[in-house]
Amino acid sequence: MNSAVLIFPGINRERDMARTLTLISGREPAMVWHTERELPADTDLVVIPGGFSYGDYLRCGAIAARSPIMDAVRTYAAEGGLVLGVCNGFQILCEAGLLPGVLMRNENLRFICRDVFLRVERSDTPFTRGYNAGQVIRVPIAHGEGNYIADGETIARLEGEGRVIFRYSSPDGMIDPNWNHNGAINAIAGIVNERGNVLGMMPHPENHVEPAIGTTDGRGLFAGLAAALQHAA
Amino acid sequence: MKARVFVTLKSGILDPQGKAIEGALRSLGVEGVTSVRQGKVFDIELEATDFGKGEALLKQAADKLLANTVIENYKVDVVE
Repeated sequence: MNSAVLIFPGINRERDMARTLTLISGREPAMVWHTERELPADTDLVVIPGGFSYGDYLRCGAIAARSPIMDAVRTYAAEGGLVLGVCNGFQILCEAGLLPGVLMRNENLRFICRDVFLRVERSDTPFTRGYNAGQVIRVPIAHGEGNYIADGETIARLEGEGRVIFRYSSPDGMIDPNWNHNGAINAIAGIVNERGNVLGMMPHPENHVEPAIGTTDGRGLFAGLAAALQHAA
Repeated sequence: MKARVFVTLKSGILDPQGKAIEGALRSLGVEGVTSVRQGKVFDIELEATDFGKGEALLKQAADKLLANTVIENYKVDVVE
């Protein structure tokens, strides 16, 4: 798995992401600075990590979404290349128009940093083949703006086409407002684009991959991606 | 040429910040406020002297960056 991790000024989760990608795939990712106009030629996964690109100025992800490297990501995604955006990466993908909707301020107005439970809605995507549909995983969130929203028509389409991949849930997989930490519509934690090759999610699976942390629930996402790419090769 | 661009949330979009401000006003004893919606104002100076050109440029700026038209509306006001 040849991954490329994008770096924008203010991004701060790129090393967690690189560590996880190296651990799971055995290969160090290329670290790609935002002013680059091209991705490394052999890239088979682009990852936009979390952080606070441009200090969240204007809107979260707004300025990063318009940087030179994102034109290359747009072309790459249009050709079917796999793109994963986590946290600020999800916000950047929405601002770049690669995913619909927007991440608004958390309903309770607080920055939330804690482990949450996610229900994996589908296992037949390259991102979730390491899980079973309906499985509940424990991963952390750390964001002030993760409250996903889109217009009614877009939400209906996302739901109708099965493009909601992760939802905030209770430990036993129930969708409940008490477990929907940021107030996202339909408890949406992660979605894919129409073609299914671009995933944006607020939680951080890259932080739960080593037993020393206490749980390795995030591992399935990266192991699944590595397997999907190996399968495709 | 000086101009102002107003960016406001579309109606129907929840505004948790506006709601919090509304609550704070109430607790400060500012009576009679029935709703608050928060927005942004950009004061912009342009090289252009032609009104039409200036306005077109500002609309481009708003569409490309200043507003996220999924959730926000904008209004361009050429001041002088």
